[in-house]
Amino acid sequence: MASSNSLMDSLFQRSLEDLIKGLRLGESTFISRSLEEIRREIKLTDLSTKSVALQKLSYLAALHGVDMAWAAFHAVEVVSSSRFAHKRIGYHAIAQSFSDQTPVMLLITNQLRKDLNSSNEHEVSLALECLARIGTDDLARDLTSEVFTLLGSSKALVRKKAIGVVLRVFDKYPDAVKVCFKRLVENLESSDPQLLSAVVGVFCELTAKDPRSYLPLAPEFYKILVDSRNNWVLIKVLKIFAKLASIEPRLAKKVADPVCEHMRKQNVGKSLLFECIRTVFSSLSDQETALKLAVAKIREFLVDDDPNLKYLGLHALSIVAPKHLWAVLENKEAVVKAMSDEDPNVKLEALHLLMAMVNEDNVTEISRILMNYALKSDPLFCNEIICSVLLPCSRNSYEIIVDFDWYLSLLGEMARVPHCQRGKEIEHQLIDIGTRVKDARLELVRVSRALLIDPALLGNQFLYPILSAAAWASGEYVEFSKSPYEIAEALLQPRTCLLPDSIRAIYIHSAFKVLVFSLGAYFSAQQPTSPPLAQESTSSGHSMVNGFTYNSISSLVNMIELGLCSLSGTIDVEVQERAKNILGFIGMIKHEIAEKATSQNSETEGHRAIAFMEDVFSEELGPVSSTAQEKVPLPEGLELNENLEGLQEICREVLEPMAESDYSSDKVSFSVAKLRIRDQEEASSSLPPPLESSSLLAEHRKRHGLYYLSSQKSEDHNDREGNDNNTSNEYPPANEISVDSFKPKKKISKPRPVVVKLDEGDEPKRKPDASSSNDESLSRAIQTALMGKGKGKEKEKEIVKENHEMNVDTENIEQSSRREKKNKKNGERSSKRSSRRQRGKEASVTKPVEVPDLLL
Amino acid sequence: FSLLSSCFPRSCTFYLVLCIILFLLAQESWVCVLYFQIHFVLLVSRQGKVRLTKWYSPYTQKERSKVIRELSGVILNRGPKLCNFIEWRGYKVVYKRYASLYFCMCIDEADNELEVLEIIHHYVEILDRYFGSVCELDLIFNFHKAYYILDELLIAGELQESSKKTVARIISAQDQLVEAAKEEASSISNIIAQATK
Repeated sequence: MASSNSLMDSLFQRSLEDLIKGLRLGESTFISRSLEEIRREIKLTDLSTKSVALQKLSYLAALHGVDMAWAAFHAVEVVSSSRFAHKRIGYHAIAQSFSDQTPVMLLITNQLRKDLNSSNEHEVSLALECLARIGTDDLARDLTSEVFTLLGSSKALVRKKAIGVVLRVFDKYPDAVKVCFKRLVENLESSDPQLLSAVVGVFCELTAKDPRSYLPLAPEFYKILVDSRNNWVLIKVLKIFAKLASIEPRLAKKVADPVCEHMRKQNVGKSLLFECIRTVFSSLSDQETALKLAVAKIREFLVDDDPNLKYLGLHALSIVAPKHLWAVLENKEAVVKAMSDEDPNVKLEALHLLMAMVNEDNVTEISRILMNYALKSDPLFCNEIICSVLLPCSRNSYEIIVDFDWYLSLLGEMARVPHCQRGKEIEHQLIDIGTRVKDARLELVRVSRALLIDPALLGNQFLYPILSAAAWASGEYVEFSKSPYEIAEALLQPRTCLLPDSIRAIYIHSAFKVLVFSLGAYFSAQQPTSPPLAQESTSSGHSMVNGFTYNSISSLVNMIELGLCSLSGTIDVEVQERAKNILGFIGMIKHEIAEKATSQNSETEGHRAIAFMEDVFSEELGPVSSTAQEKVPLPEGLELNENLEGLQEICREVLEPMAESDYSSDKVSFSVAKLRIRDQEEASSSLPPPLESSSLLAEHRKRHGLYYLSSQKSEDHNDREGNDNNTSNEYPPANEISVDSFKPKKKISKPRPVVVKLDEGDEPKRKPDASSSNDESLSRAIQTALMGKGKGKEKEKEIVKENHEMNVDTENIEQSSRREKKNKKNGERSSKRSSRRQRGKEASVTKPVEVPDLLL
Repeated sequence: FSLLSSCFPRSCTFYLVLCIILFLLAQESWVCVLYFQIHFVLLVSRQGKVRLTKWYSPYTQKERSKVIRELSGVILNRGPKLCNFIEWRGYKVVYKRYASLYFCMCIDEADNELEVLEIIHHYVEILDRYFGSVCELDLIFNFHKAYYILDELLIAGELQESSKKTVARIISAQDQLVEAAKEEASSISNIIAQATK
């Protein structure tokens, strides 16, 4: 019964064509039904049926994503068939589905060996193809000798594929280099263009990984570069030289000439021309003539109608941009034109190039161009533009920005670009500039005001971070504002209910700052003989607005009170608490204002409170270094390495919010008591303590001076605008330490070397170690192989040179007859053979990386 | 791992986790960048149907379907006048459309895009010569042949045969080998003999 079933299966088996036809009918269950069939058929003993089933399965796996790992054993069975048709299907399935983890991998070693030794060249080539795809460490080790034999095969088809396989074998089993490398090198002198192309391809990939080991072969590659007429071979050789020349400058000089020659040819293929240009740009950029020629050629690419060439031209320019910016500047018009190309890839490349050109002088112009493009681009590219303007402008603490007023208005403009989604970056820069650049604060407040009073912006969630920065800035620097009333109104407008609560809290807090400032200004204007404290703080703010009348101040207070009334019932505690605080403050102060209009009593309760609050807000916030925390020395006697096992879970939760709370210190809650505690606790922030405690602060600063960022950075910008940089050194703040002075202290003040190393030393070091272990062994093997040649040469110095020529001739005759001795013999022979070539390489015995003088 | 992290003070735990993640990431990307010039070859029809896939770098079945989905989404949506290169996950994908089929090859960033375009064209020409003005249907029904031809053209992701004639000669020789065996095998008596053995 079983046999008749299998007979039916064999006789009426669906062929691959039937399967494909069935699939094209589009039945939903067809795949699962066919898989059932395949599972049945593949178990039969008949190899024809089995192989067809396997073929169908590999079709389904390749095009419909069906898993075929379960059929691995059956694939091995099919491969063992004596028929070529079956073998082909089997090897195809293996190449497609096997991975290093496939358990039946061990079973195919012998089958591969058998096929590699087959007399049928097509069977050999199937086995080679398979090995090239799936070769594991074990397979590579076990089959090295077969591959070595095939490297010397007389059949071009087999030899070529064997060369391709060597790549995989070397990668998996570096010791194979000892056996195969000489034969591989011999093929470099092959006259057959196919073999040459294959072997150059192998060396190209090998060189890409570890150029240093292959320097001694430079003369051979040079010969190919000069002699070859095959574009594909030349491209590969150029790639090799691009790698070699970058580590051996003398080689660059030598190679430049033939490369130029290739570029000058009239009918040179575009792919070769491009490779020449790229080689010059990446590795030969110090060779002036070559560089000039390449730049001239790249211009042809840029103005070409073919989008491919245009893209590649821009791409090549971006390679050369960091070293030779003039090459980009010469082609500036083409680059700008490419910005309006319809291809997003071309536009992106052009954008990167434009930003590479940016410097102090042209930043205004280029940003103007880019903002125009941003307005009419699609959202994705628009944000790409905004991002690439923001990044170079802020580099090295706004190194290239001279006119901060202009830059701030640019930031404001960006916020209004309809597709802008870079709120976070803009927020950061607005606050950063506010704290670092004193002179820009006036403009910052102006820009912030414009953003705040526009109710339309409140509907765009991507702008919320920007709005929060604007709110903070207009509260913090309210003394620069022309109309505090207007700002308070904008901060409390009804549409702010659209904002998330955290940002709303900032709005409310800023409104509070505005209120305190206005009241302070009002009181001090009323009282020319006001207490010195209040006067000082007002005058320090370059007060522009002193024109508060009783009417204006009471309408301001009323407006704020009205705006906050509704908020005291909000669910969010932060918003609620802040609103309540202000309302309480207003309640306390309100009747004083009314009294003030009538009586002249200066020492009222409210007055003192306002003076006090003003002090709270008067201390300036400076930028905090992101590494400030690291500079905190470990207090003595603090044990950190013990009893933490149980805390691991908690740690993770605690650490994450800590990392994010960069700004929390800026958004200070205004409770004075809290403030003091925080000031002592949280050493990394430079919170403004009340004036009474200023002596305390000074002491604190002296003690923990390390935590405070020097103010040098913020002064830098003012300096560059006119003053000499040296002036900042004339008045070194007593308690502030310059950036440089950290350096010597760094070592001393880091009693936790383990932490630091883990952070930046250990891990990156381990990374290459783990990944390159294989590479290293490979390159070591190759270096020994090349050195071995040099040594062999030394030994045979006495051997008469004429004999050498004869050896080469007789080699082919010997080859077939003495196959079993080949391994040993070949070692000797090739060392003799290469002795002449190697003469210049003697240096490589001592210094393996040196290029032979012969070439230089 | 938990042992490891308990040895270090709180503040390093976070960095440690970060470093290890980075380390793992870096290692993974290293695994993918072995020695291949071409990482994979894809043939996708204009309707998004896959016609041929060949992977030279190790990808799991899951990754394969993801790559295909991602790339065909991008490539099919690109207009006709745009350049033939896409930057994708740190690699470059070179594609070219012939009639209703998109031929895509994935290469390293530093590789020569124009050369790969030539390889694609080369492959199409060989297919054309073999099938006699090739069309999508030829590749659908003879998908294995398309694979065998590709295998003759590329080995381990390297171009190995640049002569169209040679490829054609090798493939026809192999076909003859298959045909000769088939005639012998397909006689019904042979099948019955095999099955009742």
